Amino acid sequence: MRLLNLLKIAYKAIVLNKLRTLLTMLGIIIGVASVIAMLAIGEGSKESIRANISSMGSNIITIRPESTSSGGVRASADEMQTLTLKDYEAINAQATLLSYATPLVNGKGQIINGSNNWPSSIYGVNPDYLNIKVIDLQSGSMFTDAEVKSASKVALIGQTVVDNVFPDGQDPVGQMIRFNNIPFKVIGVLEVKGENTFGQDQDDVVIAPYTTVQKRILAIDYINQIMASAVSENDAPNAVTEVSEIMRAQHKISASDEDDFSVRSMEELISTFSSTSEMLTILLVAVASISLLIGGIGIMNIMYVSVKERTKEIGLRMAVGGKGSDILMQFLIEAILISVTGGALGVLLGLGSTVFIEKFINWPTSVALYSIIISFAVCAITGIFFGWYPARKASALDPITALRYE
Amino acid sequence: MNKEIIKIEDLKREFTMGNETVHALKGISFNIKEGEFVTIMGSSGSGKSTLLNILGCLDKPTSGTYEIDGVNMKDLSRNELATIRNEKIGFIFQSYNLLPRTSAIENVELPLLYNSKISTEERRKRAINALEMVGLGDRLHHTPSQLSGGQQQRVAIARSLVNNPVMILADEATGNLDTRTSYEIMALFQDLNKQGITITFVTHEPDIAAFSKRTIVLKDGSIIKDYKNHTVLSATEQLAGLPQEEHSL
Repeated sequence: MRLLNLLKIAYKAIVLNKLRTLLTMLGIIIGVASVIAMLAIGEGSKESIRANISSMGSNIITIRPESTSSGGVRASADEMQTLTLKDYEAINAQATLLSYATPLVNGKGQIINGSNNWPSSIYGVNPDYLNIKVIDLQSGSMFTDAEVKSASKVALIGQTVVDNVFPDGQDPVGQMIRFNNIPFKVIGVLEVKGENTFGQDQDDVVIAPYTTVQKRILAIDYINQIMASAVSENDAPNAVTEVSEIMRAQHKISASDEDDFSVRSMEELISTFSSTSEMLTILLVAVASISLLIGGIGIMNIMYVSVKERTKEIGLRMAVGGKGSDILMQFLIEAILISVTGGALGVLLGLGSTVFIEKFINWPTSVALYSIIISFAVCAITGIFFGWYPARKASALDPITALRYE
Repeated sequence: MNKEIIKIEDLKREFTMGNETVHALKGISFNIKEGEFVTIMGSSGSGKSTLLNILGCLDKPTSGTYEIDGVNMKDLSRNELATIRNEKIGFIFQSYNLLPRTSAIENVELPLLYNSKISTEERRKRAINALEMVGLGDRLHHTPSQLSGGQQQRVAIARSLVNNPVMILADEATGNLDTRTSYEIMALFQDLNKQGITITFVTHEPDIAAFSKRTIVLKDGSIIKDYKNHTVLSATEQLAGLPQEEHSL
């Protein structure tokens, strides 16, 4: 009842000074709107990065050799020959959190078909590779385990390779191509995946059994990496630990020595990229928060002027029975009403500008509910914080002096 | 026979200004009974305003007792004083002190907003009633700027009546008004007094004092005269006796 009366008094005071109230609110409106829009931009870019990386297979785990120093010399990781098929077999046999695994060897070379040629990369893998990378086939079929065992000269090619080596539009499946002068029979075409986050063309590949690539193209007996996929995205961190332990046992690395391999999940990559965009978000929000702060100071300023201007009114209110606490609440409620109304309008403006940014500037945005809740709460707190000092000043006035104030 | 509303005994009020102590009230005593119409007279510096502040529970005495409606205000806190002002005293000021851009009825409702015991409907009913008592029943929704000085003071009087106070305290209530309007206001006060409302009127104009039943004269912080007025002038009659041309103004 009492609070309702005070709310009415504060509301009246606001309505009596419409223009002034609106101008005061403007600071808060802009502050809140920019916080919401900035967070939406930050969230949006984070989500698009995540979606992009996830398209490469979000629970992929890669095991690569890592250079260790032996006798003070650090070798390049690319030239390391420490990863072997035995490691792959051990992982395949022991790991419980992996659904698929494949050894991977890769090399570069020239693909030739008649008068057409194209430089590309060849990946030697086992049939699990398609499951790990989540790639479907446009046509044809994957090679079999038997073909891996026999090191058959069969290959699958990506769309970019098809476009360049089969420019006439003929069906590549069943055709022969040469990779670094080794003839391969094309048995399938990979579905189009486009560019990945780093701008690499994911369709510019040739896939063949790893045995074939090892023996006939690279002439090596080690492997470049092991690629696997965790049972689920959530299991990825645990799978990384599990694989590391298997590898340490496999390579007989004592507790004090550093690993000669590295195990990474896509998840880590995502978080690395997310943290970059998070930094950006924090920066944007910091700037927006400053405008919210300035809005708050605007409220304090106007409330301070309002108290001065209405000193006589305060005296009268006290004379007819208004307690100090009533006066304090009146001005506090007034400040909160201004900031909360400003906050609500700011939320609307923020949502509006987010839609605008998405539609006309084409930036990915995503409005998080928490950003609305937070900025709204900040508004209410701003009202209390910046309304407190002037309200306190008003309530401490001596009724006699206030009444005689001119 | 009548209840004593105000009991003042050996009331002193001192102010300290630098090293000097100013004795604004030097130990005064008087009582006011229910239904009285008292004027407190005195020139500036007589301690009139100080007494008014204490009577209005806006200020506390340095020593002595002040009882209003049986409550000794000596032991009351700031908040309790506010409640006394809200429930027992109706204030009228020289400069009306109405809230600008606020309708008459809302101005009159103001004291009741600080009394949580009164409902919205009751508040509105009482405000209309009070405005009718002062003859402004047809001006409920006018703002102060749409009212004449006399009408504004009537709104202020209605505001002082709305909480059914034990006493109305008027501070130079006619000070800003011309003679005719002053007499009209005094006629209203006399009318209200006839209905049993206790009025204490602070003024420095002797002709205003002539309309009251009792006069207390202050000088240098002491009461020099406190007398019953045996020939109370009727403001209504005085009003009729004023020259006509003033009426046409």
